[in-house]
Amino acid sequence: MSAPVAVKEGAGRVMRGPLISRWGALAVPLLLFLTFAFLVPMFLIVVRSVTDPVNIGMGNYVTFFTTEANMRVLGNTFYIATVCTVACLAIGYPYAYLMSIVPQRVAGIMLVFVLVPFWSSLLVRTFAWEVILRDTGLINTLLLNLKVISEPLPLIRNTFSVILGMSQILLPFMVLPLYSVMQKIDPELTRAAANLGAPPFSAFRRVFVPLSFPGITAGCLLVFVLALGFYITPTILGSARETMISRFIADQVQVRVNWGLASAMAVVLMVLTFVVLAVASRFVKLRDVYGALGEG
Amino acid sequence: MSAHLPSGRAVRTDRTALALRGLRKMFGDVAAVAGVDLDVQEGEFITLLGPSGSGKTTTLRMIAGFTEQSAGSIEIDGVDVSTVPPHKRDVGMVFQNYALFPHMTSAENIEFPLQMRKVPKAEAKQKVADALKLVKLDSYGPRYPRQMSGGQQQRIALARAVVFQPRLLLMDEPLGALDKKLREALQLEIMHISRQLGATVIYVTHDQEEALVMSDRIAIFHDGKIEQLGSGEDLYERPISLFVADFIGESNILHGKFAGGSVVAELGTWRVGDAAAARASLGADSPAALVVRPERLRLIPRTGDVPAGVNTVDATVTDVLYLGSTRKYELRLANGQGVGVRQQLGGPETTWNPADEVRLAWDVDAGVLVAGRGA
Repeated sequence: MSAPVAVKEGAGRVMRGPLISRWGALAVPLLLFLTFAFLVPMFLIVVRSVTDPVNIGMGNYVTFFTTEANMRVLGNTFYIATVCTVACLAIGYPYAYLMSIVPQRVAGIMLVFVLVPFWSSLLVRTFAWEVILRDTGLINTLLLNLKVISEPLPLIRNTFSVILGMSQILLPFMVLPLYSVMQKIDPELTRAAANLGAPPFSAFRRVFVPLSFPGITAGCLLVFVLALGFYITPTILGSARETMISRFIADQVQVRVNWGLASAMAVVLMVLTFVVLAVASRFVKLRDVYGALGEG
Repeated sequence: MSAHLPSGRAVRTDRTALALRGLRKMFGDVAAVAGVDLDVQEGEFITLLGPSGSGKTTTLRMIAGFTEQSAGSIEIDGVDVSTVPPHKRDVGMVFQNYALFPHMTSAENIEFPLQMRKVPKAEAKQKVADALKLVKLDSYGPRYPRQMSGGQQQRIALARAVVFQPRLLLMDEPLGALDKKLREALQLEIMHISRQLGATVIYVTHDQEEALVMSDRIAIFHDGKIEQLGSGEDLYERPISLFVADFIGESNILHGKFAGGSVVAELGTWRVGDAAAARASLGADSPAALVVRPERLRLIPRTGDVPAGVNTVDATVTDVLYLGSTRKYELRLANGQGVGVRQQLGGPETTWNPADEVRLAWDVDAGVLVAGRGA
């Protein structure tokens, strides 16, 4: 009985072989690029973190984890990323919901508003915040002239300004996956809930929100992971207290020329990001996250 | 039947469960529903039947409260609900695409309306179990919709729509997405369940067979209005318009002018029965159409006498189709119009062949007179 099976398998392989190799060629440029632009440098960083400046050892990691300032920067990074994520969700969810219930044409216009930030430089937008928030900036000058306040409000160089600036930049990454999931929720389902006796808010809470959950996790994950690596915005809008780990890594390289410790920090950030993704993947299919973004 | 489901209601009382009065819906300048009046008795199974775009679904959605009417009123159990939001109307609805909540199990779906009505937990559990039994899916409570077939999902949707004993059960082409065999099985099941519960059902479909099988009465929708309301037999035997005659069943339609108790055309003059003429009440010389069902036509030889009380028209056989219990003849009249004749098999019969020149005959009383085109 094994003979016909073997024949079948053989035939399958003959059919499949050339097909894969032919189409597979399309992926070669990307794989080459990823290998030389990402995997090789990554590997070199890992190597450097355990070899620079002394012989092979975990010294850089020990230094990193035993220095209080380093741990504070790491904690700060996670704190700011978390607050940004919550802020983006709080602002983005109602907006995406509105987009999903208005006519398609209006939703298109609303989408443009979300995407406008993508079309201008991150640096320009961050400096724009500085112009608005600084002591001699738009808000403070206005309030001072109106005699509402007698001295400038501390709007910049603090956690508030960092979170404000980062949230604005990260908002599209929350709204797009949310909208992409919400627009696929069958409006008949909320109608069915109403028909079965659910007042509008119950229908929303019991039916719409649970069905939008993949969008919530996707958006939160994207915003959080991107926020972890932010560099320019916290540098310009924050003070030393808001230093995030990317800035710290850059300092180690540019100011202290300590490549070993910088590499170790980069590895720690990368590993922690993977941990977040791994934990999240237990609750949501990662494919949905990127699928949602792509379709939005 | 369990005590937890509405079993005590008498079927077919004289109470009006639903009354539509001059119901209209405008979408811009277009009237999707152009004045619908309808009284539905408690326990009645009424089907809104019509082609797509005839206003039947819009009418159903106005009854459910999903769409606001532009004019007219909707009364449920004698109370005007025109301005009552959908969640307070207390009508159950079964949707074409099932509209089961995908993140809830069958049992949770069925329990949803009970939770909204704050039914105590234990009682709700019992009602859910009874509803699952009613649709013969006792063990499917823990399944998610995606783990069930279309037919099973629709039965869960039905259980969810009746578990809270709504005053009306609305069904919007509930079997539209299912294959023919399943559709026929579910037609009977929906019929039995609705009778068992004594439910008042408003059923929307574009499938006339479905309407004929299930309904006490059928409302034929055409251009946003009810063209005719009656039993299946009424609609088939006594259509009041060309549209209904054409829409329900197969018909042969002979066009002409109404004159002196007959329809006069180039091909002949055909007498109309007194009852049919009275129903149509057409003016002299107005365009008229004579409707004759395929099973009411007979083929006779061209030579020989025509019996009294019979109309005839000459025709040529083009095709003979053997269909098991019947034989179908396709014929052509002198003006090129096609005609179908259905002959019941099993009795004495004469068999004709293609190209045979014959005479079509029918009893005067078998013809139905309706206003013709342009009337």
